[in-house]
Amino acid sequence: MSNENMLSRRGLFMKIGMLFNGLVATALAFPIVRFLFSSVTRGSGNAYLSWVSLGRVSEFPEGETRLATFRNPYVTPTDGKTAETTCWVRRVEGEQFQVFAINCAHLGCPVRWFPQSGLFMCPCHGGAYYRDGSRASGPPERGLFEYPYKVQDGMVTIQAGELPTPGSPTASLFGNKAPCGARNELVSIESKLSACSKTNALLGKTNT
Amino acid sequence: MSVIGQIGQWFDKRLQLAAPIRDAAEHPVPRNTASWFYVFGSAALTVFLLQLVTGILLALIYVPSASEAWSSLQALNHDVTLGWFIRAMHGWGSNFMVAIVLIHMVQVFLFGAYKFPRELTWIVGVFLLLMTLGMAFSGQVLRFDQDAYWGLGIGASIASRVPIAGPIIVKLMLGGPIIAGATLSRFFALHVFVIPGMLIGFVCLHLLMVLKLGINEWPMPGRLVKRATYEDEYHQLTRKEGAPFVPYAVWKDLFFAAFILLAVAACALYFGPFGPTGRPDPTIIQTAPKPDYFFLWLYGLLSYLPPSMETPALLIGPVVVIAFLVLLPFLSGEGEKSWRRRPIAVLTVLLIAIILGTLTHLAGYTPWSPHMNAWSGDPVPEQFLHARTALERQGALVFQVKQCRNCHSLGDLGGQRGPALDSVAVRLTQDQLVRQVIQGGGNMPAYGKNLSPAETTALVAFLETLHPHGQAPARDAARDIALIEDKDHRQGAPR
Repeated sequence: MSNENMLSRRGLFMKIGMLFNGLVATALAFPIVRFLFSSVTRGSGNAYLSWVSLGRVSEFPEGETRLATFRNPYVTPTDGKTAETTCWVRRVEGEQFQVFAINCAHLGCPVRWFPQSGLFMCPCHGGAYYRDGSRASGPPERGLFEYPYKVQDGMVTIQAGELPTPGSPTASLFGNKAPCGARNELVSIESKLSACSKTNALLGKTNT
Repeated sequence: MSVIGQIGQWFDKRLQLAAPIRDAAEHPVPRNTASWFYVFGSAALTVFLLQLVTGILLALIYVPSASEAWSSLQALNHDVTLGWFIRAMHGWGSNFMVAIVLIHMVQVFLFGAYKFPRELTWIVGVFLLLMTLGMAFSGQVLRFDQDAYWGLGIGASIASRVPIAGPIIVKLMLGGPIIAGATLSRFFALHVFVIPGMLIGFVCLHLLMVLKLGINEWPMPGRLVKRATYEDEYHQLTRKEGAPFVPYAVWKDLFFAAFILLAVAACALYFGPFGPTGRPDPTIIQTAPKPDYFFLWLYGLLSYLPPSMETPALLIGPVVVIAFLVLLPFLSGEGEKSWRRRPIAVLTVLLIAIILGTLTHLAGYTPWSPHMNAWSGDPVPEQFLHARTALERQGALVFQVKQCRNCHSLGDLGGQRGPALDSVAVRLTQDQLVRQVIQGGGNMPAYGKNLSPAETTALVAFLETLHPHGQAPARDAARDIALIEDKDHRQGAPR
């Protein structure tokens, strides 16, 4: 056996030392990665979502759309005002509501409601939505994100807690269906509305 | 020997740095590189050092907490002595740094400096550009105001579109489910520790390679780079005909570095610090967030891309651009260096500059955004109301109240999202106006459900008056004939 192939005592110790460091690094990597991804793992299975109250039903007049504010269910001590979130609450009639996220479905800018023209308009890239949240024009590919809601003990509550984004898995909770309602042709307004009324009736919602 | 000399010797005996520093400073460079075109790299380094110093100074006061960051910026602006100036230097320094890094890159590209053997220097430079942009974005987040808050929302919306990993990236980016305290903390860590640390490391690598491989010689048309012969040719230019970098070429770098620092200080003094704008309070929705100067082109691009193109462009575009930049020295590692004989290279730079410039210019006045207050704030020009019937004036009122003005201008006032309507009656007939108002189309919402028949009649009556003096409104000749025929028919006339 040649000398080159022989493992010296010190060479062996060096290799064991490297292996030892590798093992320690692997062991330490586990808590580090867990720590780094804690914001992801904590929210698995929609754990960030809770039912939060927006106020009494009587605070939202029928046929109108009002701005409501709620405190995010998951907060940290340094959040300050950023723990607050706003949303648009449309009381269709009776206990039938639509609660829209403030974030434009395009890139998340805050949309504003114009009751006179019955449109939500986004100041960033000009996305516009009809009163039922369906896309009217501009760059958004879908209607406004819609929070699941229920009326409990006279209070309007919504399931919220995550920033609605176009690709979020909870986007399905935010009404990820094809936007209902008026497009550009009068004929299609009628046909789509009737189709949407049926879908929403099945979902326990209504659409005007 | 003087005392200072003796102290110097004492240190150098232990550090042994004097000789390598002298070698580096006096390394020979090709004589024609002592040019004003070769000062941008050192200028970028100078501004980076300025950013390090001013950044550390700001960190003495700044509080990276979502509830206090904005107030600490106000304290810097108004309470701390010269806090406003340090903030302004840091803000303008970032603008200058992005600009100088881009100019440096263009110069290096046009002078063919990325070719053999400087491929890796270029690739490291590409990463330095990305890190500079990363600093610019994270710095904007640290100026925790309304623009920063909603800008993060835009960032999250873009990141969320990545297939499968999108939601994970969003939560990693935000540090939680929403834009809040954890978000600012992690952007602080990125802006202050992670990216600067990487920048320092990559800058050292970049400089080391410039020293080891030598500065790119002034490209001469027709002198082609060949792997086999380049190093000998370069050796000839430096060792035989070259001159020491210090002092032969360095004085121009020194002059330009001082000039740039003065320019940053002048901008800081004259224009002052950037923001912060309104409080980062999500309940204040009367805001039109806008990115900083160097991302305005992206803001513009996002409003012009067709909706279906947007996600692919956002996700694939950056990958393609970065891959192209990294692969560039391997695609054309040899051959002509001079921009005089590389027309495609020159045209590419011009095209990109024009596109970025145009998009940035457009983003300055955002013609794609509705003017949210035009309906209530902009007056209807007098000439459009003069000698009009009550119905037409009623239509003008409908036009304002229904926010048509937010997207359509009259007399150059109002939104520019839709076409200006000063002469709309020349383009559309009465029927077409009714159809457009009720059904929308062409990027206009349908107003059918928000206008009563009476309002539609009044609005269209007003729109029909919008035509230049002496130019008749459009009319549908076929409709006139049809109406006459219909009238005749009713009167029982033979057809």
